[in-house]
Amino acid sequence: MNFKMIGYYVSMLLAVEGLFMLPALIICLADGDSNAATAFLYTILLVALIVGVLFLFCRKRPQSGFYEREGMVCVGLGWTILSIIGALPFFFSGEIPHFIDALFETVSGFTTTGATILTDVEVIPRGLLYWRSFSHWLGGMGVLVFLLAVAPLGGKGGFTIHLLRAESTGPAVGKLVPKMRQTASILYVLYIALTLLNMIFLLVGKMPFFEAVCIAMGTAGTGGFGTYNDSLASYSPYLQSVTTVFMALFGINFSCYYLILLGNFRKVLKNSELRMYICMLVAASLLIAINIRDIYPTFFDALHHSAFQVSSIMTTTGYATANFDLWPSFSKAILLVLMFMGACAGSTGGGFKLGRALVLLKTLRRSIHKVINPQKVEVIKSDDGIMDENTISRTGSYLSAYAIIVLASFLVVSIDGFSVETNISAVVACFNNVGPGFDMVGPVGNFSEYGLLSKLVLIFDMLAGRLEIFPMLMLFSRGTWKRH
Amino acid sequence: MDIIIAGNGKVGSLLTRQLSSEGYDLSLIDNDPEILESTVELCDVMVYEGNAASMPVLRTAGVKDAKLLIATTGADELNLLCCATAHKLNPSLHTIARIRDPEYAEQIYSMRELFALSMIVNPEKQAATEIARLLQFPGFLKREVFAKGRIEIVELKIEPDSKLCNVSLSNLGSIVKCSVLVCMVVRDSVAFVPDGKFVLKEDDRIFVTAPTNILTTLLKNIGIITKPSNSVMIAGGGDVSFYLAQLLEKSGIYTKIIEKDYDRCRHLATLLPNIDIVHNDASHKSVLESERIDKFDALVTSTGKDEMNMMISLYGHALGVPQIITKISHVYSDEILHDLPIGSVVCPTSLCSNSIVRYVRAMRNQTGAALSVHTIADGHAEATEFLVDANTHHCGVPLKNLKTKKNVLVVSISRGGKIEIPNGNSCFYKGDTVVIVSTGDTLIYQLNDIFED
Repeated sequence: MNFKMIGYYVSMLLAVEGLFMLPALIICLADGDSNAATAFLYTILLVALIVGVLFLFCRKRPQSGFYEREGMVCVGLGWTILSIIGALPFFFSGEIPHFIDALFETVSGFTTTGATILTDVEVIPRGLLYWRSFSHWLGGMGVLVFLLAVAPLGGKGGFTIHLLRAESTGPAVGKLVPKMRQTASILYVLYIALTLLNMIFLLVGKMPFFEAVCIAMGTAGTGGFGTYNDSLASYSPYLQSVTTVFMALFGINFSCYYLILLGNFRKVLKNSELRMYICMLVAASLLIAINIRDIYPTFFDALHHSAFQVSSIMTTTGYATANFDLWPSFSKAILLVLMFMGACAGSTGGGFKLGRALVLLKTLRRSIHKVINPQKVEVIKSDDGIMDENTISRTGSYLSAYAIIVLASFLVVSIDGFSVETNISAVVACFNNVGPGFDMVGPVGNFSEYGLLSKLVLIFDMLAGRLEIFPMLMLFSRGTWKRH
Repeated sequence: MDIIIAGNGKVGSLLTRQLSSEGYDLSLIDNDPEILESTVELCDVMVYEGNAASMPVLRTAGVKDAKLLIATTGADELNLLCCATAHKLNPSLHTIARIRDPEYAEQIYSMRELFALSMIVNPEKQAATEIARLLQFPGFLKREVFAKGRIEIVELKIEPDSKLCNVSLSNLGSIVKCSVLVCMVVRDSVAFVPDGKFVLKEDDRIFVTAPTNILTTLLKNIGIITKPSNSVMIAGGGDVSFYLAQLLEKSGIYTKIIEKDYDRCRHLATLLPNIDIVHNDASHKSVLESERIDKFDALVTSTGKDEMNMMISLYGHALGVPQIITKISHVYSDEILHDLPIGSVVCPTSLCSNSIVRYVRAMRNQTGAALSVHTIADGHAEATEFLVDANTHHCGVPLKNLKTKKNVLVVSISRGGKIEIPNGNSCFYKGDTVVIVSTGDTLIYQLNDIFED
């Protein structure tokens, strides 16, 4: 285990986090909110201290000996520490009195979940609101990917691929261009450009600047923290529609945008995951619109709300314009299925990922063919050739890990005694980084009623969901911590 | 600059490491996903699985935007097809193909146009040429040639009984009695540029710059055998042995090849009627003895297996053969090899890879580009030859007044066929060619890179 290298990366992660707290500090100072400003200041000083000490210890680090295991641990450990530090401003300022609550809120931010324990968001100082939304933005594309873009992390070696693979989403993560630093830069440039575009559209619709920044960052990271208690319900239909479209856009694999920039439209159109994504978005919106037709004055209104909710749930953002908890059970069932599915691989969205679902469906079909004719040899095709059997078996084990975590978490969370619908949707909404579930944790509810143990389990679920399970599970394996 | 490497074998993977560390954008094509996976974890490159000669694969690998394609798959035919196909997709592409089959070697040069080849590399032939050059001057472990063969950097090992042992470099001139410059010393696996006060010790390996015409004098004055080898025994009858025997036959050196495969022996006997081909297994000490190894001036081991070559060379050393040259195909850590008494080590893989790196560097920089690049001192240092042109700074300034970077040394200046081993008062002018030696991470891409400002 290359602890020095991991220590170095973690110290870099924290340094980035400390730097990004500065804008929040400035907002607090501008608002004259000395309480929140002091909280940020203390946190930044603490970060500086930790980074200094870590850097001192890990200064003489070996330039090699960094493998998949180290990459996973680096990401799992890094994100955990990142969240603990990120929770401190909430805790120090006293806005969230219990540390576990503050941690829940921050993990929910970084993992782009958007589940909240706050009963009233509107009284929180703007600096903290900004920090909440910014954590969505940074967590969406990934902190390590950001580091890979701005800092010469790996020098000339190729081992940084382990960091990219551990932090990015999807069954088979690869580079866009030969150089890792360029790949990470391209991802972030696309990400920043799309976020700015979203912000401009919101500003055109007369949204106040601060809110536009927060909502755009929440949309970009497919997070879901808003600035009002009713999420986006009080905004104009134009602003809601803009958000519908942009949420859907951020649920698409970013390599598609790169291909569009290169002018390779044909390959984008042929992307089977993207096709499935769009089909499901449209079909789910229409089905729900028909189902809720009677609740709204016109069919167009019903479609507007259904499209917003479908886009929000499928990309695992978690904004809401309507209390979908009151919708008929067929609509809620569709939303629950979408929560599981999630967005495309390589996007900022969470969930199981459509790419994986496609692999599993194809494998299932092959298994059926095998039963009919046991001698049959069949390969599984992907968009650019033949699917690697390794990827297929990994997807299978991902499904089992996924199912085990959902079931185990559901059991533990149920100890608190809330309704089955609440518990199952809370686990699913946290694990898939969606945010709101049904019943008590629905769009107008929150997670504050849950006990300490349940909150810890949900925190783990959120991290495991965002980092795609293995980096978090690795931390609990004894073999991981052996020196050899 | 985008470069595509097709085939990730020995040469391919060495090239990948060298070129990616120099910062090029590399795409790799191979049909073995496991090799690709291990490469992508080692180097910052992009990998594609598939047949490198097929259009869809080349297109995905970005042949349209690439500047250079290097085809080093296992099969010559595939390399040729790969270059031709890639050139069809991108007519401005430079292509380098590895062609190693002797049966194609001659014709391929005249067919360069047809297959759109910018350069052809043949590791076995390069190795044979290198071995033949070493046989010319026994005593030098390696020779690197510059200025159209007029100046060389040679490697010497200081033996315990050598005249150079415990001699300081400022007194070197009085012993060798000719104008040479020690530009690099490797002691305890560390390479550095020595100054005048440096005292040579036993087991040092020194790199000496000298004009080619005084190499004999140099060897004579430091008390090392001067007679070129007149008889050479080659263990193993592979392609290197074939090319080498061809070269040695031309220089009139008696050559005996020992090969254990009968059919191969017959094939060699057909191609090389004037060479003694012996069907026997050279890995047995008794065979070497019965073939009278003690009467030979030199032993070249070039069987297909590196460890076998090392063993045979060790036998040869034990039997007291004056000069031993060992062919090693894998790129091992040179530090391990230098502790073994196996003579000069010639590595076809790194020779080939170096020549391609030279081509790439020249492509990168059309003006002031390196005329040639040689890796010396186990890859710890580089010797680069440049043409001084109109863009070069500080022409005509004595070297002692120049502020050059650390670990950079001007080791020779040649002007119109005249070679000068420079001292502090020397200077270079437009039209000269200079050889620069640099160590460490200081990569010198153009001559102006050597200056501090």
